[in-house]
Parts: sequence; C-alpha cells; structure tokens
Amino acid sequence: MEPFKLHTGLVCPLNRTNIDTDQIIPKQFLKRIERQGFGEFLFFHWRFEDDGKAKENFPLNKAEYKGASILAAGENFGCGSSREHAPWALEDHGFKVIIAPSFADIFYNNCFKNGLLPLQLSEEEKEYIVKKAETESYKLTVDLEKQTVSDDLGFRTEFQILPHHKEMLLNGWDEIGVTLNYEDRISEYEQQTSK
Amino acid sequence: MMKPKTIVEKIWEQHLVLQEENKPDLIYIDLHLVHEVTSPQAFEGLRIKKRKVRRPERTFATMDHNVPTINRHIINDKIALKQMQTLEENCREFNIPLADIDHPDQGIVHVIGPELGLTQPGRTIVCGDSHTSTHGAFGALAFGIGTSEVEHVLASQTLWQSRPKTLNLKVNGTLGTGVTAKDLILAIIAKYGVRFGTGYVIEYTGETIRSLSMEERMTVCNMSIEAGARAGLISPDETTYNYLKGRRHAPEGEDFTKAVEQWNSLVTDEGAAYDKTLEINASEVEPQVTWGTNPGMCLPVSASVPDPEHEGNPAKKEEILNDLDYMGLKPGQPISSIKIDHVFIGSCTNSRLSDLKKAAAVIRGRKVHPSVKAIVVPGSFKVKQDAEKEGIDLIFKQAGFEWREAGCSMCLAMNDDIVPPGERCASTSNRNFEGRQGNGARTHLVSPEMAAASAVEGHFVDVREYSEFTALT
Repeated sequence: MEPFKLHTGLVCPLNRTNIDTDQIIPKQFLKRIERQGFGEFLFFHWRFEDDGKAKENFPLNKAEYKGASILAAGENFGCGSSREHAPWALEDHGFKVIIAPSFADIFYNNCFKNGLLPLQLSEEEKEYIVKKAETESYKLTVDLEKQTVSDDLGFRTEFQILPHHKEMLLNGWDEIGVTLNYEDRISEYEQQTSK
Repeated sequence: MMKPKTIVEKIWEQHLVLQEENKPDLIYIDLHLVHEVTSPQAFEGLRIKKRKVRRPERTFATMDHNVPTINRHIINDKIALKQMQTLEENCREFNIPLADIDHPDQGIVHVIGPELGLTQPGRTIVCGDSHTSTHGAFGALAFGIGTSEVEHVLASQTLWQSRPKTLNLKVNGTLGTGVTAKDLILAIIAKYGVRFGTGYVIEYTGETIRSLSMEERMTVCNMSIEAGARAGLISPDETTYNYLKGRRHAPEGEDFTKAVEQWNSLVTDEGAAYDKTLEINASEVEPQVTWGTNPGMCLPVSASVPDPEHEGNPAKKEEILNDLDYMGLKPGQPISSIKIDHVFIGSCTNSRLSDLKKAAAVIRGRKVHPSVKAIVVPGSFKVKQDAEKEGIDLIFKQAGFEWREAGCSMCLAMNDDIVPPGERCASTSNRNFEGRQGNGARTHLVSPEMAAASAVEGHFVDVREYSEFTALT
C-alpha cells in the first residue's frame, strides 16, 4: 500500500446523507474476483443512465470536478453492506480522501486498508467545504502527520484519527505482516485457552 | 466484589490476545464464516504473500449470494460462475470446509451457522458480510468485516479492534397478535434512526426479548447493522441452550452441561454499566412498512407516507421529495393504498422455518393476487427440507407462490431474482436502499406475515385484520 502523508487535491461535493455502499458500488459489480478496476463502476446508477449515457447533473460527471481526489459528503457515509469493493472503487477512481461528518463503522475501517483517508469533520466544516466546492474550483490540503485540513483562503482545522490508523496510512503498512510478528502471542493465547 | 460487567466486556476480555497503549486490541476470532463474494481477493492476497490459513477448521464456507434459486445448475452469468468456482478452488487449496451448491448444509451463511450449531454463546464470529450481527442472538460477539480483514483473519485468526461502546436497548411490554420481531426492530430503527448504533454494540434486553424464540432473536440482531451497529447481541438463556442442544457442532453430553455453565457466566451482571441506554415499549408497536430508501423511513401500516410540505427543515424536505420520487409515492398517500407487484419472502432476516410457517398461516386457503408475482426462498437447504416435510411448500404453491432453492436471492438481486425497474416489492429482507433489489426497483420492508397478506390483496394491508389466521403448529 502507498503511504499517505500529505495530499492536496480538488474537492468534489456529493452532499447527501446516508450514502450506502450499494450506491457506491452496486451489486452487479461484486462478482469479479479481482481487486482492481472497480473505479469505472463507482456510483454507477447515479452516474449513468440506463443506456450508459453519463448523467450531466451528477457531480462526478461535471467537467469542473474532473480529477477530483477529495469527496465531501453528508453524514453516515458508507452505511449498509460491508463490501470493501466500495473503498476499492473510490480509490480506483482516484479519490484519496473522503470528508463526512460521520462514517459507518465497517466502511471506515475498510478505508485504512486501502490507503484511503476517511476524514471526519463537523457538519459546519463539511458545509463550508461543500459550498466552496459547489461555487469554485476548490482545493484542500490534508496533512496527516499534523492532522490538519486547510485551503488557500485561510480555512484550517484539525481532525481526529486513531494513532493506529494514522500510523498504518503514514507507513503504508501491510497490517497482516505486522500482526504476524505477534505469532508467538497468538500461539500462546491458543494454548492457554485450548483453542 | 468484582465490578459488574456486560456480556460484551466479558467476551472481549476472554478474547484478548494483545493489549497495548495507543493501539486497538488484538482479539482472537473463534469462527470465521466465508462466502463467495467477499473472499476471492482475500485468498488471492494470501497466495501473493505465500501465507497460509492459520486455522482452517475454525473457518466454514458456503455459497449463497450468487446462487440461482431455480434451475440450480444453469448459471448463465459467467462471472458469477467463476466466483463460485473460485471459492471451491480456494477451499480445496486451503483445506476449508465448504457447503457448496449441492451440499445438504448449503444456505445463507447466517442461517446455516446457527443451524449447524457453529454459532455458540461467547464466541467471536466474523464474516465478510454486514449481517453477521445475526449470530449475536446467541450471545456471540459477531460482526461483519471487509475483505482485507477476511484475509487478516484467514492468516492470523485475529483482528485489531477498538473496544466498542455498549448500548443497552431495553424492550418491555408484549408484542400484539400479528406484530413480529421484524416489526419490533423496524420500529426501533424508525424511532432512533439509522445511525444510533454507530460505534456501539447493542445488547437487547428486557422481558420482550426474553420471550422471543431464537429465530425471532436472530431477526432482531440481524438488523442491528441497519441502525449502524456492527454487532447486536442477546445474553444467552434456556431458549438459547434448548435451540443448541443436539446440533451437529454443539457440545454433547457432559460437555454440553459444562458449556451451559460457562455460557451462563457470560450473562450481563446485575448493575453493569452501559455507555448508552435506550428503551422501547413493544406493546405500542404496530405492523411496520418502510416507505423510503433506508430502513429508518418506516411507519405503521395504518399511517400515511410523509408529506414534505409538513417538513420545516429544507434539507429534510428535499430528502423526502427525492425519496417519494424514487419510490413513486404521493405525499400523504395511505400506506394501505400502495399497490405491489412482487412479494419476496426470504433473506437472512426472515427465511427460517418459523418465518415461512407464519407466512403460510396467513396465505393458507387464499390465492396470490393476479397482479403479484410472489416467491419464497428458504434460508437453507435444511429449512426447505423441513418445510417440505410439514407440507408448508404445498400451502405456498397452492396459493400461487413460487417455491425456490436456498440463497440470498432477491434481497440483493445478485442472481437472476431481480425486481424490474419501477416495480414494487413487499420484501421480508433488510435493506430498502435504491436499486437494492434491482436497478430502479422499489422495496418496502415488512414481516413475513405482512408480506403474505399483501401478496393476497395486491396492496399493503394490516395483517391483524386477517381475523381467521391461526398459527400453524
């Protein structure tokens, strides 16, 4: 996994609440056995008409958000199904950061395994960012080391993240590799509990 | 005296492999359930890094999401077929027990775990599926995980997890006739919203919960994730032990007695503290019907769909307008006037024998409305077989329902069981998200009894008005 330290990118607003993982990546695309290539199906039914034509009004299809790497959405982002295809699709499409006032637990966890930063800001901060991104070409800089988000207009805020999650992203760690260093502890537990 | 503890704290402490400051805990996973959709990339990850499955015997796989429920062996979808074959190959390579499409143990992963006695009190259970919360009905700590975590558990039999907060959801009062466990959990989510459980494990407590059967408890715990909670559970009791006794993987004889003693020690202590407590009075719950595109958008069958004009908050007003538009409903329209095109009885929420019996009791001697296409998809091969032994299949077939093979089916429409665009389905499943049952499909979540009654009438109807229905025994 690529380490994540500092990122500056264009913001795409998607100001809806309770965006579930069925919308992020619909079920017909979950049959593939590969991990890559889900980006083209991201928000499929919100992005495309039944005949495959792009829906002009959907933010991801607008020229001004082309190349956006930061998505700003409403609360409870990623609710519903546990499908990790959702962060895979977001990441594959080019997103590095998802901003929302709250995230669903499973989605939130899944992001860190894929170099994607789910960034929790307050409702007011999210609204400020969405409004900016809706009216102009708007970029944010996310500094994971310092745990700050800022723009060129004077907006700057700190965000919370668990030290473990931060460390994983900063180092681009293979979590399984880390865990397997504790092999003796796992064996010890199994012996003690007769498992 | 020891500090009183909740069942969640007790299970957590018994599974701690490692606890260090500024880190989540490393917890041991007792049982890992696997299905075809969320596992292929995990096995591939193991292969790339030349890693093994640490405890194949603590792993159990089945096929449920993609499997056809009709013409079982004609799988036209080549990509789906490849996914099933991949699971077979992976299970063979890594020595994992698999209940494939022809196996008598096959079924929805959350139906067969309990059925086989794999699901037991005090166990930590994970699966790459958000409805793993179902297994909490037995007093297990069970939650859904992503594919990277599936790989992590395969390789290490552990997971890094922050200790969850605990939420006591007290349910007291008596559920009325015709009001089910499904209505209860829908009413809870309607009352407190789709986010109240985020960051918590819900423990369902109170006299109403104690009076529920195991299958009803599974329905309640199943939908914990629809409230945002990764896990929901119920302290075990005699009902739990009676269900487990004699199941294939449950302890036997003296071991069972010892196990019961240990399981009893898990029950939440008197006076244990929770991070949050919520309550609901079961006596006030009516049969529920969802009207929107998340499970919190739910009302009693006697109500009318919301009128956005009555909503003061502009953002909420727009949300209601969007939902009514997607759902093809008029503001203020009575729920009972909503006509339906499909009925789906099935899914990990409501596809067990008692669910099918309750639905059958409603439709016995009646006919499916001519404008409705109705299917029953038993949760497992065993449920199907048991139902057939009792002639439940005949009741459905005579009424005009299709009687299918086991699988997830129309709950998420990954196989051919799809609701066409713009059509409306009364469904006993768990999610009414946009496009869940097919692109453009409109889903209304209901209980099996409500689904059966609406199949007969062609629109929603209060099942309590079906005076003649008597439960099958």
